[in-house]
Amino acid sequence: MGVDLPQTQDAYASAAAPAVELKGTSFTLPVLRMLSKDVAAVEADLKHRLAQHIRFFENAPVVIDLSALQHLAEPIDFPALIAVLRRNLLIPVGVRNGTVSQTQLALLNGLAVVKGGATQDLAIGAARAASAAKVESLRKEKSTATAQAQQDRDHGAPGKTKIVTQPVRSGQQIYAQGGDLVILGPVSAGAEVIADGNIHIYAPLRGRALAGATGNTGARIFAQSMEPELLSVAGHFRVFEDKAPNNHYHKMAQAYLEGDKLVIVALGTLE
Amino acid sequence: MEANLAKVIVVTSGKGGVGKTTTSASFASGLALRGHKTAVIDFDIGLRNLDLIMGCERRVVYDFVNVQNNEATLKQALIRDKNSDNLYVLPASQTRDKDALTQEGVERVMNELRETFDYIVCDSPAGIEKGAIMALYHADEALVVTNPEVSSVRDSDRMLGILAAKSKRAVEGSEPIKEHLVITRYAPSRVAQGEMLSVDDIQELLSVSLLGVIPESESVLHASNAGVPVIHNNKSTSGQAYHDMVARFIGEQKPMRFLEPEKKSIIRRLFGT
Repeated sequence: MGVDLPQTQDAYASAAAPAVELKGTSFTLPVLRMLSKDVAAVEADLKHRLAQHIRFFENAPVVIDLSALQHLAEPIDFPALIAVLRRNLLIPVGVRNGTVSQTQLALLNGLAVVKGGATQDLAIGAARAASAAKVESLRKEKSTATAQAQQDRDHGAPGKTKIVTQPVRSGQQIYAQGGDLVILGPVSAGAEVIADGNIHIYAPLRGRALAGATGNTGARIFAQSMEPELLSVAGHFRVFEDKAPNNHYHKMAQAYLEGDKLVIVALGTLE
Repeated sequence: MEANLAKVIVVTSGKGGVGKTTTSASFASGLALRGHKTAVIDFDIGLRNLDLIMGCERRVVYDFVNVQNNEATLKQALIRDKNSDNLYVLPASQTRDKDALTQEGVERVMNELRETFDYIVCDSPAGIEKGAIMALYHADEALVVTNPEVSSVRDSDRMLGILAAKSKRAVEGSEPIKEHLVITRYAPSRVAQGEMLSVDDIQELLSVSLLGVIPESESVLHASNAGVPVIHNNKSTSGQAYHDMVARFIGEQKPMRFLEPEKKSIIRRLFGT
């Protein structure tokens, strides 16, 4: 079993009738990677593992990853597997990486199909949003980064802090995969710094900074002088066309997510 | 290791028309005036200009591309400057385009130049394409020429990033290129009126050490038309500023001049000196 962090990107959907709103939001879902089709063995192992994380996974939705079972000819006993998971207070919501027949069987048992893990297209009617094109290009850029990060994580690449001692110039892009990014030189307008974790800039931030690129909504961006073109945390972004962010321009400040809202506060003040 | 301590200096900017060739010509002339054996190379293949600014356009027989292709020797192609025995010009080809230069060919010519000269000044074409990359590839130091205006500063920033990523030193992981900022066409009166970025603004945006500020002056245009680099005009503020810049480059302490609006007399205003 491996715990994985798939997530979806924001979709800017706007429904015509106000009876319902269709929205995309980022979620972090645990992934249960099946290494055996023996449901009894799965239950035993699962009980043991869950005991180490008491209550953490209680009633958590899980995605069943079938990549290790693709070679199996005989069908997976989904009803039994679902029963085992529910008995252990997990709520199976979908499968991924199964063969065509495995996926079809899962659908018949009421499980959704989760693709890729990071980059589903939820953009129903998204094109109507005014900034759709910009969002799209941003999302594309990010999904490549995300997909790659995902891949590396699957291969067990260690997350670590990346430290940059040079200025980041216009047109340069720096990506700290799986960890934090610390930058000691200025980030110029037209430059882009991205991290799966937090971003710390001990100099002016004049370009674009994207923290939590793989969906970590707790990631933050810190800058000694906040003069960004764009800030983003876990896909929630703001562009700053003029001298925004309001009174934090040119000041030491941090940006983080408060719910769905990206807020910027001066440093030196506690929340 | 290089054969000797020859230094290759690229004059670059990203943006066109900011004064790369003017700076290359005056900088190379200034080094030569101080007794250093200097070569200045035009990398702007197809848009040959340096020979005009140096006033040797009628003496061009062979060019950089000929030397690279072994159609002429370096000795045949180098043109001795009319003002200094220490300065030689290697002109660009006017009939070819930038693809005519090859990595190996340029490398061979540069190595050959390093054997004879103290300083090799490479006048880069505008842009960030092959021609510009060729010009900066072998550089040990770089003069990044910027006008006090946002688009020029942005392009210089981009070029600084390219210097740090695509030069031979960057590719081989040796000591990075030493970067110098040269601000040209600086008009203190317009800075005072808030129409131009100030030296401090530019330095803050680019965070590169400042080598020189060349004031806007009509003498630069006269010098270009006459084919005599403006550094030879001691009455010109631009010429004096280039002298200061060369002095700083070889390690002398010189305060920055011409940063404040000048109280010009009517007559000096008319003649723009």
